[in-house]
Amino acid sequence: MPTIGIKRDSLFKALGKTYTDEEFEKLCFQFGLELDEVTSEKRMANKELGKVDSKIDESEEIIYRIDIPANRYDLLCLEGLVLGLQIFLGQISPPVFKALKPAEGSIIQMKVLPDTAKIRPYIVAAVLKNLYFTKESYDSFIDLQDKLHQNICRKRTLVSIGTHDLDTIQPPFIYDAKRPEDIKFVPLNHDKELNAAEVMELYSSHVQLKQYLHIIKDSPVYPVITDKKGVVLSLPPIINSNHSKITLNTKNVFIEITATDLTKANIVLDTVVCMFSQYCKNKYTAEYCEVIYADGACHMYPQLVYRKENIIVEKVNNIIGINQSGISMEALLSKMSLTSKLKNDTELEVEIPPTRHDVIHPCDIYEDVAIAYGYNNINRALPDTNTIGSQFPINKLSDLLRDIIAQAGFTEALTFSLCSEDDISSKLGYEKVLAVHISNPKTLEFQVCRTTLLPGILKTIAANKKMPLPLKIFEVSDVVLRDETAEVGARNERRLCAVNCNKNAGFEIVHGILDRAMMVLEVPRGSSSTEKGYYLKKSDDPIFFPGRSAEICLNGKTIGKIGVIHPNVLNKFELTNPCSAVEIEIESFL
Amino acid sequence: MADITEKILEELSKSEPRDTLELASLFNQDHQKIVGALKSIQAHADLVSVEQQTNKRFETTEEGKHIVDNGSHEAVLFNSIPNSGMPQSEVMKLPYGKVGLSKALAAGWVLIDKSGGAQLVKKKVENIEDTTWKNLKLIASGKFDEVGEKEKQDYKKRKLIQEVTTKSFLLRKGPEFSLTLSKLETDLTSEMIASGNWKNLKFKAYNLDALGVPPESGNLHPLLKVRAEFRQIFLEMGFTEMPTNNFVENSFWNFDALFQPQQHPARDAHDTFFISEPKLSSKFPSDYLERVKTVHSVGGFGSVGYRYNWKIEEAQKNLLRTHTTAVSARMLYKLAQEKDFKPTKLFSIDRVFRNETLDATHLAEFHQVEGVIADYNLTLGNLIGVISEFFKKLNITQLEFKPAYNPYTEPSMEIFCFHPGLKKWIEIGNSGIFRPEMLLPMGLPENVNVIAWGLSLERPTMIKYGFNNIRDLVGPKVDLEMVQRNPLCRLDK
Repeated sequence: MPTIGIKRDSLFKALGKTYTDEEFEKLCFQFGLELDEVTSEKRMANKELGKVDSKIDESEEIIYRIDIPANRYDLLCLEGLVLGLQIFLGQISPPVFKALKPAEGSIIQMKVLPDTAKIRPYIVAAVLKNLYFTKESYDSFIDLQDKLHQNICRKRTLVSIGTHDLDTIQPPFIYDAKRPEDIKFVPLNHDKELNAAEVMELYSSHVQLKQYLHIIKDSPVYPVITDKKGVVLSLPPIINSNHSKITLNTKNVFIEITATDLTKANIVLDTVVCMFSQYCKNKYTAEYCEVIYADGACHMYPQLVYRKENIIVEKVNNIIGINQSGISMEALLSKMSLTSKLKNDTELEVEIPPTRHDVIHPCDIYEDVAIAYGYNNINRALPDTNTIGSQFPINKLSDLLRDIIAQAGFTEALTFSLCSEDDISSKLGYEKVLAVHISNPKTLEFQVCRTTLLPGILKTIAANKKMPLPLKIFEVSDVVLRDETAEVGARNERRLCAVNCNKNAGFEIVHGILDRAMMVLEVPRGSSSTEKGYYLKKSDDPIFFPGRSAEICLNGKTIGKIGVIHPNVLNKFELTNPCSAVEIEIESFL
Repeated sequence: MADITEKILEELSKSEPRDTLELASLFNQDHQKIVGALKSIQAHADLVSVEQQTNKRFETTEEGKHIVDNGSHEAVLFNSIPNSGMPQSEVMKLPYGKVGLSKALAAGWVLIDKSGGAQLVKKKVENIEDTTWKNLKLIASGKFDEVGEKEKQDYKKRKLIQEVTTKSFLLRKGPEFSLTLSKLETDLTSEMIASGNWKNLKFKAYNLDALGVPPESGNLHPLLKVRAEFRQIFLEMGFTEMPTNNFVENSFWNFDALFQPQQHPARDAHDTFFISEPKLSSKFPSDYLERVKTVHSVGGFGSVGYRYNWKIEEAQKNLLRTHTTAVSARMLYKLAQEKDFKPTKLFSIDRVFRNETLDATHLAEFHQVEGVIADYNLTLGNLIGVISEFFKKLNITQLEFKPAYNPYTEPSMEIFCFHPGLKKWIEIGNSGIFRPEMLLPMGLPENVNVIAWGLSLERPTMIKYGFNNIRDLVGPKVDLEMVQRNPLCRLDK
């Protein structure tokens, strides 16, 4: 969920009202936002440095950090947030955003050359005319682009935004993909001309920009936008040129957005245009640009589409559990920036503005009705779904056995399903164990899924050396095993593992637990000659001390192991006292 | 010891009352030993009655003892001076010369003659009476009552004597007084019952302030005790438990089936554990997969969709499930394949995995609690209603719902509860109605709604038992003593 920092006083000034922190928090709650933190620049900087919470100085400007739902791109800046809240509070009605056609022949064109298909195939563009920036709105403009880049643009992989002072460049523009050496320009806020390969080198250690380099780095051609005279505008998705840089004095802004996902490119363009067209002389308008592809296809942007969706009043009432007339539903929707009109007694035609790209289905409109109505005003009614409950059999069996083992004096451990590869292999004396491997672990603790419960219990004992002996520990939980026949190539197996740790190994203690479990499971003691019941079969296993281990068999099938832990294994787990252990799968007893 | 107890009883039979301090000096024993013997007499029966006494007495200090042995400093000085006098510098060299001189001057026993140049100390009187010495001797022999109060205060100030408070006991014969101690029994034995001898035996009194012997005991883990309570609540409410014993899942069921787009940040390697072996899944219900692909890439079922190029390769990627909702999706798909739709209530509590940054409250794996109801015409009011009843069973009655965003539910609600201890509203769960784009491709009837809510098991447990670090609750670093001391889990209390 994105979080935005907004200056409190600017926010209240724009809203035309002052709130206490509590009042504003409540407003956020109703609207679906969360006032995450009341802070200041200094305090945020200190937090970044890991300093202890400093007090907010009274002279400092208060900043509200607000959590925004991940699909509400229209609320990612002060302009959008204020617009959304003012409409929600009924102070204003939603503005109408329009794209205007410039005079015949003066439309700005963007020609797309075929090589761009190899790297970043889409581009959309728009112009904001006669715009007046203040320092604050300029900062907000830059911030919004950053927020969009981090969120919907997926760190510029899907979409990236370039904004330029239109009066420094000459249309028509060309979107091409060229060899890095053939792209030469002065990058933003730099003073020397470099080629694109050198630009990449320059930013390889740049705090912010280095994270985007991988998007094009290994491509033989890099995307580039130039003007009529060959002046470079930008090297998407990395950096703009210094030449067309936006300043506080910029009057006409050219926005180009390149992408691998056209839907998202349009959402981003609409969002930038809608948020900042309010500063244009002709409020809430933008000028069309024409994007012409090599195959002759020609598209006008920004789209600023007002989509229409019909909803049935009764259906909305039924799904929320309220009883509102079409008229009052109209009023509720207008609070959420959705203009609607009653088509007939039963149906509403809802107009979805270009600020609300999150609305993709009528259910998104139902939610807006519910939010405007107030979630906490809805009548709370139990569903009359009559069903009989039941337990999942392996969970029921596990719980019954857990009780039996605990009643026998064992204490339950709860350890992790993930561990290092060593935990299940070299530490237990195995060379390699077939296991589920994690491809992107952040630490060594999460390399594989455990194939045995034993390491977790041994670690638990190692961490509890201060406890008096004997220590009797058990766990009933799942391990994960590779299984070609399973749908995903792996399956869980429910296991029971018990360990006795004392001054002597006490094989008979864990053996006794096995006997006890078998007794309550009504499995008779058998022998290998008949292959009936349960019995122990001598085995060799590096986990266990030689001659002190066995396989546990149930009706001829091996279901587990029992034995005295090998001193080498104890050593690897930093244990100093002898242990004996039993581990069996319990799914055979279902 | 037995010796002393009998000696005490014997003395008491001669006369009473007797003080333990007096007995101590009589037997020439340490007072503590007499008190110890008294305790063991008391443990037997009412042989003696005991009254506590507080005695104040005075003892001489080291310096006081010196005076008792040698006389007061001023007297020693007086006696050392020859009739012809002694130079003051010599006088000062005598033991305690300085104190002695000033006291002797004050008493008017000596004078300082300055006439001859060097200062000479001369006797002023013929004879002296050394009262200090006499008094201290009295105090040393215990007769401090014979010394005046004013003098005692003066000696105290001069650090010649100190006041000592001692506690002693005044003993009288008790109702069961006898000269010998019968042996006391500590426990009733089978022999005593067989012989009937218990009637003649005396039993040692219990110390009821002592603790009993801790029983040898097994224990269940605190978090799993809370899990048991949650399971119980779901079962009481008629929910059926889902088969969640599959930690490895593929992206299709974990994300795509839930209408979570393939570029969604949750599908990033920063948030999800992907599996390198076995890397991919290949078995999917093909018709259903096709419908999922369509609803993502071009829409349908009333939706405009996400309009992007949906790739099977992305859906095939195996991962560790990030939520149990992956299992809910499988269950709902299964439900949709049945001939007649049957209203269903499902729940699960099991492990889920997130490749998150770890801190005091976040681990890479935790338990998710989830409840799902599928029925005709369920409403958001029903969801709020069932969540309210669910939390009522946890003794949480103040609930508020906040609009939220979740890719597979719409409307979505975060659940907040008022925590009376922390005195604030805290988020405890998430909920919503599953999107039609998720349910309709499965083949569920159009008027069937599915409502669901989820929360973590660890968070309420940490709040209930006051844990600040999740590693103190789960994992191998857990203190087993904490597990053993953990109280009953009654979430409704």
